[in-house]
Amino acid sequence: MRLIVPLQGVVQGRGGLFVGSLIPCCLFYFLQLYLKRRRSPPPPDSDSTELPRTSSRSSLFTRGNSIGRVRVSSRAAPLAKPPDSPYYIGLDRVKTDPYHRVTNRDGIIQLGLAESTLCFDLLQRWMSENLMESLMMQSDVDGGFDVSSIAMYQPFEGLLEVRVAFADFMSRIMGGNVSFDPSNMVITAGGTPAVEVLAFCLADHGNAFLIPSPYYPGFDRDIKFRTGVELIPVHCRSSDNFTVTVSALEQALSQARKRGSKVSGILFSNPSNPVGNILSRETLHAILSFAQEKNIHVISDEIFAGSVYGDKEFVSMAEVAASGDFDKSRVHIIYGLSKDLSLPGFRTGVIYSFHEDVVSAAKKLMRFCSMPVPVQRILISLLSDTRFIEEYMAAHRQRIRDKHFLFVEGLKQLGIPCAESGGGLYCWVDMSSLLTSYSEKGELELFEKLLSVAKINATPGTACYCIEPGWFRCCFTALADEDIPVIMERIKLLAESSTS
Amino acid sequence: MGLPLMINNDDNNNNKVELSRVAVSDTHGEDSPYFAGWKAYDENPYDESHNPSGVIQMGLAENQVSFDLLESYLEKKNPEGSLWESKGSCGFRENALFQDYHGLKTFRQAMASFMEKIRGGKARFDPDRIVLTAGATAANELLTFILANPNDALLVPTPYYPGFDRDLRWRTGVRIVPIHCDSSNHFQITPEALETAYETARDANIRVRGVLITNPSNPLGATVQKKALEDLLDFCVRKNIHLVSDEIYSGSVFHASEFTSVAEIVENIDDVSVKERVHIVYSLSKDLGLPGFRVGTIYSYNDNVVRTARRMSSFTLVSSQTQHMLASMLSDEEFTEKYIRINRERLRRRYETIVEGLKKEGIECLKGNAGLFCWMNLGFLLNTNTKEGELELWDVILKELKLNISPGSSCHCSEFGWFRVCFANMSEKTLKIALKRIHEFMDRRRKVLNC
Repeated sequence: MRLIVPLQGVVQGRGGLFVGSLIPCCLFYFLQLYLKRRRSPPPPDSDSTELPRTSSRSSLFTRGNSIGRVRVSSRAAPLAKPPDSPYYIGLDRVKTDPYHRVTNRDGIIQLGLAESTLCFDLLQRWMSENLMESLMMQSDVDGGFDVSSIAMYQPFEGLLEVRVAFADFMSRIMGGNVSFDPSNMVITAGGTPAVEVLAFCLADHGNAFLIPSPYYPGFDRDIKFRTGVELIPVHCRSSDNFTVTVSALEQALSQARKRGSKVSGILFSNPSNPVGNILSRETLHAILSFAQEKNIHVISDEIFAGSVYGDKEFVSMAEVAASGDFDKSRVHIIYGLSKDLSLPGFRTGVIYSFHEDVVSAAKKLMRFCSMPVPVQRILISLLSDTRFIEEYMAAHRQRIRDKHFLFVEGLKQLGIPCAESGGGLYCWVDMSSLLTSYSEKGELELFEKLLSVAKINATPGTACYCIEPGWFRCCFTALADEDIPVIMERIKLLAESSTS
Repeated sequence: MGLPLMINNDDNNNNKVELSRVAVSDTHGEDSPYFAGWKAYDENPYDESHNPSGVIQMGLAENQVSFDLLESYLEKKNPEGSLWESKGSCGFRENALFQDYHGLKTFRQAMASFMEKIRGGKARFDPDRIVLTAGATAANELLTFILANPNDALLVPTPYYPGFDRDLRWRTGVRIVPIHCDSSNHFQITPEALETAYETARDANIRVRGVLITNPSNPLGATVQKKALEDLLDFCVRKNIHLVSDEIYSGSVFHASEFTSVAEIVENIDDVSVKERVHIVYSLSKDLGLPGFRVGTIYSYNDNVVRTARRMSSFTLVSSQTQHMLASMLSDEEFTEKYIRINRERLRRRYETIVEGLKKEGIECLKGNAGLFCWMNLGFLLNTNTKEGELELWDVILKELKLNISPGSSCHCSEFGWFRVCFANMSEKTLKIALKRIHEFMDRRRKVLNC
């Protein structure tokens, strides 16, 4: 433009405004044209002047005529996009500004991750006393290390000793009335691969599992990503305390069939996530009867079985399957130590199946996700230390119960009720009174306000496919007692600012 | 190849619940001779003192030659077991809770530095491009999920590691189209063979998504020549497909100068559209002799692949305990330099022992320079120059000599009579016993022929 202004002044003096603006415009136009020609890409051959220095071959890495960017598969494409579920969005936001009691009191408090730190002191003590021995690194002969016991290839489904240890442990924490056969068990690197491997074994691409909702948002990723298996929510209501009914299952199944969807099984969590209720023996029996009648599978995710704090006793689906005349081969259990033993980092998962072909296939699939041998050695030692485990589990349950009481009481004081729960590391909170509109939109608005104003990450029911708006999952087992009044204060402020 | 075995799923008479195609398929390949020999070994395993006439396992590529180096390192650096434990209560808590699919930064840095060392500093590795998986098996499968759709294909040069049939195809639904290599040029990959494989796929209406090679090669025990790598990358650029280089044996090359990693080729290329089709798989199972730890990595020059692989690695995370245990060991410059050097030397000596021992019996091996095995030619012993002839001989070696070795046909070799023989998963004494058995067998044969 600097070029044009002086010319304009020159021209205006003689030819008037019209000419004064036309000539500069034309000049400007021609200038643009000239610059564009100069900037146009050179013909392809001249790329050869920029060959990589490693080689003198002129044909090396020729780009050809239309070689574009190399692509990834279509099933990978969705993974590359940023997550759109509030479950993940919330988790990511906390990372940007995490609360710390001392160094960042204004940070975002994490209530969106179901993990417990309540009994770390006990675990820490055990590890410091037993870790080396459990790794079996000490060789008796000369006291030197013998690394081969943890370094070499072992069966991918887990050493017999670790399966025996898990079988015993699971039996104990699940009430003692059920026994697990180690040869029906396969050990995995976490609950995530356990669920996925079962999905691969029980359903084809395009088939579906019925899943009572609200359900754990992670299942969308764990089940659907690579297997192509669909999840069909079976909506549960607060009037039933979100417990699934056979009629709801029946309805969901017939609707699925009408749509041409093939249902291969039912997947549910017990204790349930995100609600935290314990399914009664009768409900389990009813689910299994339904599955038997429709000839489909039942997958019971019992990963919170040891985190029961209420009065209701936990009953494993394995126990129900063993009693009565059911075809047990349709029953499969998922377990792991991420929740009950606070060891998510160790990556510990269990698939337990009554179907020998499923066990056989799962064993072979373990090469893709097996538990490292040193970790197996540690767990053999840990899980067979029955005295410690008893002490630990009692403390774990008690401390969850105490924390649960404090948290729920705090909310109660604010007039915010919670669903009845007896297990898990969270509570299912009814924040519908804080909604500006009783809808999904209203709930997501509240979710955002909680995050940005109250600086609290709680998982909204929408992320869990809950059909009633206003419910949020709040995980409380990584909180210190002092954190709870801070949280309640923040919610109180938010509630007051909403109503004002 | 790999048609699913149909168990009678439609028979509702006995009301048996159905399983998936993946569950009933035999693509896991465990019914093949490669694994049958393992069963024989499991039933009658050789033991120096308790079972000296048992089956010697020469079908498992495991590295036990350098355990003492690991052990002395652990003793020296770790008197109170502190290496294995986290420092203080804060450390343990992090360890127990940590399940971030990014992986521990210190561990990724240690892996990057270790991989650089193996390549003599000829290529740099960015720790943020390292994605951790529970073993190289998982890494190869993960990459296949990301790079190809069901019914697409990866081109793989033959002979190849039998496990690929399972790892690359079973859950992914992706096919393998072989790039045929033969002994006329020491089984090296040629541009002609690449083109032929590509055309074969195209004629069958199969979409090729990439080439997957192992360098150094399994089962050949030889490095891929630099020129072959350049030709390969050129081919991949022209066809606009990916290049996956499984370099799991890179630290087991006998003479470091003989190994060219695809990372070196790519190091000086600025053109992103060329670079971003290259992906490297690595693991600690072979070079460091730690298969029990389940540590694998994908190193990709493609941001999209790194991001996607990272998220997908949730299905196959490396335990935080493992990352913690190995981070300090792998970043210890003095230890890694010494380990890599001595390990190479010992593997070379083993290789020479077995190759010379075989030569004395008139048995030739492919000229190898890497890995935990040699590629042995027993073509002259076959009754018929066919797959059946080869499997007959394999059976004799298993039953009479009590040696489990891997037949070339299980590696899809286009020539018959080749066998992969592992030598690093046993003591030197056991290796000599194996050679003795071969000597006795050949002796008996010579006597029979001379009658």
